[in-house]
Amino acid sequence: MATSDIGDIQVAERALQHHFADMEQQRDTSSFGMWMFLLTEIMFFGGLFCAYLVYRASYYQAFVEGSQKMNIVLGATNTAVLICSSLTMALGVRAAQMGKPKLMVILLLITILFGFGFLGIKAVEYHEHWENHEFPGPNFHFETGNPAHPASDPQHTQIYFSLYWAMTGLHALHMVIGIGLVAWLVIAGLMGAYTPHYYNPVENVGLYWHFVDLVWIYLFPMLYLISKKHGV
Amino acid sequence: MQETTESVGHIVPAKLYVTIWAILMAMTITTVLVARADIGPFNVVVALVIATIKATLVVLFFMHLRYSPKLTMATVVAAMFFLFLLLGLTMTDYLTRAWLTNPGY
Amino acid sequence: MATAVQTVERENYLNSNYGIKSWLLTTDHKRIAILYLISITAMFWLGGFFAMMIRLELLTPAGDLISSDTYNKLFTMHGIIMVFFFLIPSVPAVLGNFLVPLMVGAKDLAFPRVNLLSWYLYMAGAITALVAMVTGGVDTGWTFYTPFSTTYSNTHVIGAAIGIFIAGFSSILTGLNFIVTIHRMRAPGMTWRRLPLFCWANYAAAIIMVLGTPVIAITLLLVALERAFHIGVFNPQLGGDPLLFQHLFWFYSHPAVYIMILPGMGVISEIVTCFSRKRVFGYEFIALASIAIAVLGFLVWAHHMFVAGISVYAALVFSLLSYLVAIPSAVKVFNWTATMYKGSIRYNTPMLYAFGFIGLFTVGGLTGIFLATLGIDVQVHDTYFVVAHFHYVMVGGMVMAYMAGLHFWWPKITGRMYPEAWAKLSALLVFVGFNTTFFPQFILGYMGLPRRYHAYPPEFQVLNVLSTAGASILAVGYVLPMIYFVWSLRYGKEAGPNPWNAVGLEWMVPSPPPTHNFDETPVVTWEAYDYEHQPQEEVTVGH
Repeated sequence: MATSDIGDIQVAERALQHHFADMEQQRDTSSFGMWMFLLTEIMFFGGLFCAYLVYRASYYQAFVEGSQKMNIVLGATNTAVLICSSLTMALGVRAAQMGKPKLMVILLLITILFGFGFLGIKAVEYHEHWENHEFPGPNFHFETGNPAHPASDPQHTQIYFSLYWAMTGLHALHMVIGIGLVAWLVIAGLMGAYTPHYYNPVENVGLYWHFVDLVWIYLFPMLYLISKKHGV
Repeated sequence: MQETTESVGHIVPAKLYVTIWAILMAMTITTVLVARADIGPFNVVVALVIATIKATLVVLFFMHLRYSPKLTMATVVAAMFFLFLLLGLTMTDYLTRAWLTNPGY
Repeated sequence: MATAVQTVERENYLNSNYGIKSWLLTTDHKRIAILYLISITAMFWLGGFFAMMIRLELLTPAGDLISSDTYNKLFTMHGIIMVFFFLIPSVPAVLGNFLVPLMVGAKDLAFPRVNLLSWYLYMAGAITALVAMVTGGVDTGWTFYTPFSTTYSNTHVIGAAIGIFIAGFSSILTGLNFIVTIHRMRAPGMTWRRLPLFCWANYAAAIIMVLGTPVIAITLLLVALERAFHIGVFNPQLGGDPLLFQHLFWFYSHPAVYIMILPGMGVISEIVTCFSRKRVFGYEFIALASIAIAVLGFLVWAHHMFVAGISVYAALVFSLLSYLVAIPSAVKVFNWTATMYKGSIRYNTPMLYAFGFIGLFTVGGLTGIFLATLGIDVQVHDTYFVVAHFHYVMVGGMVMAYMAGLHFWWPKITGRMYPEAWAKLSALLVFVGFNTTFFPQFILGYMGLPRRYHAYPPEFQVLNVLSTAGASILAVGYVLPMIYFVWSLRYGKEAGPNPWNAVGLEWMVPSPPPTHNFDETPVVTWEAYDYEHQPQEEVTVGH
């Protein structure tokens, strides 16, 4: 145990960058930097949330009709998938903290699998919307699917779909980046880069992953669960 | 607060993670079920409250905010505050546009 | 000569290694600052060239030199380049990059590689925007107002928007780096109350960079998407609301004004106290005023939209909130003045520029109050009054502060003194030229001349000629420093570590500083700006 501790500390010393006094300063700094980055991400999505709020407040009915085209089962499944991936991610970070690199790699691989699962389900949904001409642009066409209630305001429903594609698309892009980052952790983890004294990359990618989950936690009710009124 | 190995962060028991996960899953099911009932304006309230509780749990436990320095907490609060400014001040325009019904306007 | 050889041979960040790779792959904050200095200087001259073309066209009432289309492109590109590629990175990315780590006693910024990445993003954004400009230009104005930008303009809007989008991330990363550095990298004893006001100001600007810039990034992305895919987020024909664009745009772009001015205020705080040989008056107030300006700056954006059709009630709220920004700004002007009171003032070039800044910024700030007043805004909106107002803040304020800072820290950056007599002449030319250029525009605007037209009724010609003449003087005032700064690199007098006899960690290391800034981490045991307890040595340079 003592020798492995010394080895760990040596790995950590190699990871200490020249401009930091010690590992603790480096760890605090990198973690704070990540949180600052997430703050910018919140504002980045914030612009879209703002557009959503404005149009939803103004054209509620059109948004309701648009949201009724969402597949709630797939959306809820995806929410569950992401929550599961967050659990495995959190456990992966914990494994890194406790110096169990093999366990960490396994948990991160599961996280990647969940990530691909999410993207797969999302792709199925996208495909469905595409087939139904629910993609904004010249080919956009919208019907409620209920002859008794024809589309009340297809123009503004198109805005709903513009925001839907923009928000979920941006979120999916973040997922793709996240999967890439976790894959990088897996490779570095297999090479023995992380020890209980040096695991900030794992921690920071974990923060990023949870943040992406967090965005979805809001996107799901905002886009899928607006209202069942005049439902199908 | 004294820790023996300084560079090692707080280790959360695995059990706690699993508990949080279970709560999150349960709340997801709840929010879907509640959305099926028509309770008027409360649909959106319930949906957002549940989402906010879920988000809070993720931030506090999965993201370790509970065990992080005050500075991190301040960062999160600042993010919420400025997001609120963006949404809130923009809405002051949209919500009050209809108030003035001046015929010549 | 012997001493010169000795000093030059000491290893510093400039001569520690050579070759193009050692610059393009450097993570040293000082070298990255130099990279930025070169890049933004190039952009400044390009933007200045466009400005000169605009002024030449406006020499005569008829639109005879260039067509209206060309004119539209010129003022758009002048605005985009000057705002996004010169003013926003100017003080933070050049002086801030160089000085913040030195001032807080750190070996580098918190994330040196991210710092380099931010320069590359800046270059990528600048090149993208330039390509859009060269291949056809943009004519939307730097504000990209919808639906013109998304639907009707036939120019390269997407390219320019993507360029700014990329450069935005450069700005975000710089801001992030500053905040983390100032929180986490301060030397022992460098408490918040001892932190140089330049760092406070850059910290405040960094808050805006990280909070505001993402919003304009997503907004310009939506503009590009709407233009490319004909979706209707902002297009009223498709049910969108063009005012939403303005809300999102100004949520960033109004605070962005404070990204530009706050670091300049930090420069002025340093210079005023140094050249008055007195502790800065009301240190805490100046520091907190920076933060107050940054936060209040987010509460006022819709004063750009008073005549655009927003709700009158919202306009009332925003008008009132806009007045509040005057308070911390006035606190700063008051404190600088009070610092000078009974100080032993030295009239070196940085101080001359600082005088210019304080006067011109005050004019610019006070006319801002005019514009925040609902009734007056209806009268002068979109006239030359607005143009004059923001040039007083941006050029009279920020560019003056940038020049002041460049002269003040030039000896630290290069190890050489600039020629003081020439520099004083240039400071004078800039001040005279600037006022001749822009004061007539206040009058033109008040008389009702709208901005952004290439032709105008003949009765406005006298003032326009005056303005163009002033622009020529201003140009000379900017060309001079360009020449003598380059000249000083070879022929300037050796500066020594502390030519101004100033306090602050950056003056305790040799000029130019060694690569790792400090041989060992400094421990700060003295209060900030303790000029009273410093020996009053005669200045050895600059007579």
